[in-house]
Amino acid sequence: MTQAVAEPPVTGPDERLGRRSPLWRLLGRPELGALLGAVAVFVFFSLVADAFLRATSFSTVLYAGSTFGIMAVGVSLLMIGGEFDLSAGVMVTSSALVAALTAYQFTLNVWAGVAISLVLTLALGAANGLLYVNTRLPSFIITLATFFMLAGLNLGVTKAVTGNVASDSVRDMDGFGSARAVFASDVGIGGVQVNVTVFWWLLLVAAATWMLLRTRIGNWVFAVGGDAAAARAVGVPVTRTRIGLFMGVAFCAWISGMHLVFAFATVQSGEGVGNEFYYIICAVIGGCLLTGGYGSAIGAAIGAFIFGMTNKGIVYAEWNPDWFKFFLGAMLLIATVVNLVVRRRVERSA
Amino acid sequence: MKRVAARKPSTRAAVLMVAVVLALGACSGSGGKKAEERAGAAPGAGPRLKIAMVTHSGPGDTFWDIVQKGAKAAAAKDNVEFLYSADPDGGKQAELVKAAIDKKVDGIIVTLAKPDAMRDALAQAAAAKIPVVSINSGAGESARLGAVAHFGQDESIAGEAAGRELARIGSKKALCVIHEQGNVGLEDRCAGARKTFGGDLQNLFVKGTSMPEVKSSITAKLQAGKDIDGILTLGAPFAATAVDAAKESGSKAKVGTFDMNKELIASIKAGDIWFAVDQQPYLQGYGAVDGLWLLKTNGNVIGGGRPVLTGPAIVTRDNAAALEAFAERGTR
Repeated sequence: MTQAVAEPPVTGPDERLGRRSPLWRLLGRPELGALLGAVAVFVFFSLVADAFLRATSFSTVLYAGSTFGIMAVGVSLLMIGGEFDLSAGVMVTSSALVAALTAYQFTLNVWAGVAISLVLTLALGAANGLLYVNTRLPSFIITLATFFMLAGLNLGVTKAVTGNVASDSVRDMDGFGSARAVFASDVGIGGVQVNVTVFWWLLLVAAATWMLLRTRIGNWVFAVGGDAAAARAVGVPVTRTRIGLFMGVAFCAWISGMHLVFAFATVQSGEGVGNEFYYIICAVIGGCLLTGGYGSAIGAAIGAFIFGMTNKGIVYAEWNPDWFKFFLGAMLLIATVVNLVVRRRVERSA
Repeated sequence: MKRVAARKPSTRAAVLMVAVVLALGACSGSGGKKAEERAGAAPGAGPRLKIAMVTHSGPGDTFWDIVQKGAKAAAAKDNVEFLYSADPDGGKQAELVKAAIDKKVDGIIVTLAKPDAMRDALAQAAAAKIPVVSINSGAGESARLGAVAHFGQDESIAGEAAGRELARIGSKKALCVIHEQGNVGLEDRCAGARKTFGGDLQNLFVKGTSMPEVKSSITAKLQAGKDIDGILTLGAPFAATAVDAAKESGSKAKVGTFDMNKELIASIKAGDIWFAVDQQPYLQGYGAVDGLWLLKTNGNVIGGGRPVLTGPAIVTRDNAAALEAFAERGTR
């Protein structure tokens, strides 16, 4: 979505020109509200759920957070750049299906399937980006269209190729062990098994944060999301940046998809629908504005962590599951409101 | 999403000949015009019927795939043109039924997962004199809404069977994993299992459309309750994930499940999964098409107006090998 200026209204001299203390700089970070929300949710579940504070439980929470968080990295960058990707949820399934189907049908080493899937998934992201920059339609519409097409392809192609609606198992094929080690294994840390997706997640967050804050590309992303016309006027390669952002989402979808293949060996073709909203929710809790130009990858990671804590905390607390979704919604509301209040305060006193 | 099998509306062959079943496999359900001509030419062929099936299935579900295979097999045998459509939303499912009525089909097969939403559509079918057969869910509502027959498993009875199996494998405290919140049939299964189980059976809700979510929720539950020694999942794909979750959390919980697929049969043979309560979806699809055909061509009503139970059939290590070939081709 191309938006006009998303910068909060500033009175007085431009805040970016003034020197500010490190504390003020910290308060101005988009992820601060989310961090406070995360602390609140953590303390809350520590008090109400006995099992929540165990190290093994923490690793489960991290795993749940990472499965959303990996995608939230790509999605938050795209949102900072001012766009949405509604195809992100089913793209994960598409990516997984491509790897599983090609490896099985052509009896290849599964790593070949992994590589083919990477190429095709990145191509999907590029297609989203190219469609967007060429048609000038809102990314909401473009990716909604690809969402439906991918969902249909996932089912149609899988059924046509395997005769069933799930892919065949690749568990006993060459390379499965090593691929599983990379995408879906558990790593023992101090007696606790931590899923490798957690490390993928941290790595992606670190890379995205470094890119956003320390490189020229990061400036381009903020500029494109803030005001694309102004950015183009000062020489930012707007088109390339946008396509790159869509491909970033695709890359994250590939990692998530590979986790699906190697954690579960078969992929159900109807999965993934609806998850795109959870990724966007993670980014929004983490301080990304729906209008673009503002946000951070760390914030999205904290958002995913809040989501994981809430999701699993309700199970640990052993609450009546009939109320599950209500609790989930209430937790998200509280976290987001805390986030909002903090940001408003900071903006007012800045 | 809707998957309406849009086919060219063929002019109905008005060839009423001696009612002898067409030789097996002589024509295919998708054969449209060609099959029609053959039916007209071959002496002894039955009338070509058009039957629509409208279910509440979400896309990409292995279970409904097997139902369709059964229905198509019967359609091929009976010289029936088979149309399939589905929508998980009750209101949209009712619209699809109305679309089938507009197409003037000879019979409609529906699922009654949301009976209230289907009430009007079924009344319209009755007004149009199109016979309706219900399958899968809604055994209790079927006759009241005007369906002539029902093919399905009674969820409570199936749940009771699962509860007995859980007790047999020595479980005392178990989970009932519900993968679709608000689905009455799934709740009935857990309630039925609770009745015969004898031990403590807790419900756990998971988000069925995201496997990592299913896994982490079951893991979390096992971590919170170290004494849980049994897991009952309500769909085949979730059973394998429950096995993984139990392994990872160091739990000794034994896994049993509802429904079948080919991966599951291997797991039962290997001893990872202890039992499956199979409602034989193939039989539901096959029975419904065949039932409508019998009604149209010979006035028969299978089950005499009472629900015809297609399950529970219990699959364990003892009989898994015998069913493997059928599961392999995706019909069991």
